[in-house]
Amino acid sequence: MAYSEKVLDHYEKPRNVGNLDKDDQSVGTGMVGAPACGDVMRLQIKVGDNGVIEDAKFKTYGCGSAIASSSLLTEWVKGKTLEEASAIKNTEIAEELALPPVKIHCSVLAESAVKSAIEDYNKKQKV
Amino acid sequence: MNLPIYFDYSATTPVDPRVAEQMIQYLTQYFGNPASRSHQFGWDSEKAVEKARENVAALINANPKEIVWTSGATESNNLAIKGAAHFYQKKGKHIITSMTEHKAVLDTCRQLEREGFDITYLNPQSNGLIDLKELEAAVRDDTILVSIMHVNNEIGVITDIAAIGEMTRSHKVLFHVDAAQSAGKVPIDLATMKVDLMSFSAHKIYGPKGIGALYVRRKPRVRLEAQIHGGGHERGMRSGTLATHQIVGMGEAFRIAKEEMTTENQRIGKLRDKLLNALQDIEEMYINGDEKQRIAGNLNISFNFIEGESLMMALKDLAVSSGSACTSASLEPSYVLKAIGRNDELAHSSLRFTLGRFTTEEEVDYAIPLIRSNIEKLRDLSPLWEMFKEGIDLNSIQWDSH
Ligand SMILES: Cc1ncc(COP(=O)(O)O)c(C=O)c1O
Repeated sequence: MAYSEKVLDHYEKPRNVGNLDKDDQSVGTGMVGAPACGDVMRLQIKVGDNGVIEDAKFKTYGCGSAIASSSLLTEWVKGKTLEEASAIKNTEIAEELALPPVKIHCSVLAESAVKSAIEDYNKKQKV
Repeated sequence: MNLPIYFDYSATTPVDPRVAEQMIQYLTQYFGNPASRSHQFGWDSEKAVEKARENVAALINANPKEIVWTSGATESNNLAIKGAAHFYQKKGKHIITSMTEHKAVLDTCRQLEREGFDITYLNPQSNGLIDLKELEAAVRDDTILVSIMHVNNEIGVITDIAAIGEMTRSHKVLFHVDAAQSAGKVPIDLATMKVDLMSFSAHKIYGPKGIGALYVRRKPRVRLEAQIHGGGHERGMRSGTLATHQIVGMGEAFRIAKEEMTTENQRIGKLRDKLLNALQDIEEMYINGDEKQRIAGNLNISFNFIEGESLMMALKDLAVSSGSACTSASLEPSYVLKAIGRNDELAHSSLRFTLGRFTTEEEVDYAIPLIRSNIEKLRDLSPLWEMFKEGIDLNSIQWDSH
């Protein structure tokens, strides 16, 4: 299967790989997927006092499209409010990366990774 | 050295130039129908077909009369299993095979199940091989056929078919062997091995695609019900005008294999060992299939915490294959690796390197640092690797499966 230019670009030069301190109150961590299914994404966001995402990091176990989806996502969420970030749709990711139908699940996973990171952040704020 | 480098000889092989040269004459010059008995064109083609039959028979120490031309190992497997099942069904309707067979065997067995046959699918041991005692224990009064492959296409392990043949013969059960991956790589002597039916393919041993053969034993005689009907070619077992050029190609490929197999195996084995030795110290790598009892050209490894397709993408200069689900339409990881007890993660993480006649040391030397550096790169990207390094038991985590 041929990969799109954008998938290759993100795969070869993944953006924002790494970790944020998961115990930091301003950091939300989302981990989705399962090793048995062949993909696990971990997305972390650092949220400023103004509710804007200041930083994002990821690590992904999965195929090239999964890695590209999560790399793209970290670029997209930075500078967005939590509300804006949670409105990101998998279809937008799939479109941007020109994912073929068999790879749509990678973008679905990316969407749930943001939602899960935001949820984790919100949970921390309640305590 | 040309890129990408071909490390997928178990999928198919290039046609050896010596083979191609032989074939071409039978497309343009000697184009006659080998079944034409009334003129020189037919006689020339027939002679070439019979010469090829001798060459195929010689590699496996059989009688040329025991060779039936087919379109490939898929058809040979279909003809052997369905043909024997249909012919002998009055004696019984039970067939034994293994879970790691090629789809051409498994799907044929599924079809027979729909026709009312009863199939036992044996689970291999963790080294990929079937336990002979377990196989014997599965034989029943109504068992008519055992079908076990000689060399597995994914993990390259070699089954002791001589031992199975002794057992099946003593129980008066027919024994079919899919030898698509073993012919020309492992010695086969059908004068001593008690195999009744054996499937071959040309394109796995430097012959053309679309041609194969089925060995059908004459003493003791094995009967088959034809699956393709027509002009009664191949003693009625497989009708259809013989593809002279393809058959000539297969014959030449088998002739070369007989001559060069021993030296070729040594050379390829050394290259494979070089590749293996250079990767052996990588943490969390698992060799799939028995390490000793395997063909010279096969190396199947799982690199834990890396997904196979992404590794293949990183290794785009190397043409390899993976047991990862992402490479198949099914979204299921390799059923062979699952059957030998690898968990889903390790099955997803597997790469198969298969080396062959045209693999060079330079190619292996090029591949080694490329593989090593990309494993490191992808592990740096892998949350699972990070967790493993932190000592977290991945089984203790509640993953959401999707
Ligand atoms: C073990 C085995 N059996 C059967 C086949 C099918 O052979 P063919 O491509 O000649 O139909 C293959 C190759 O794909 C194989 O590896």
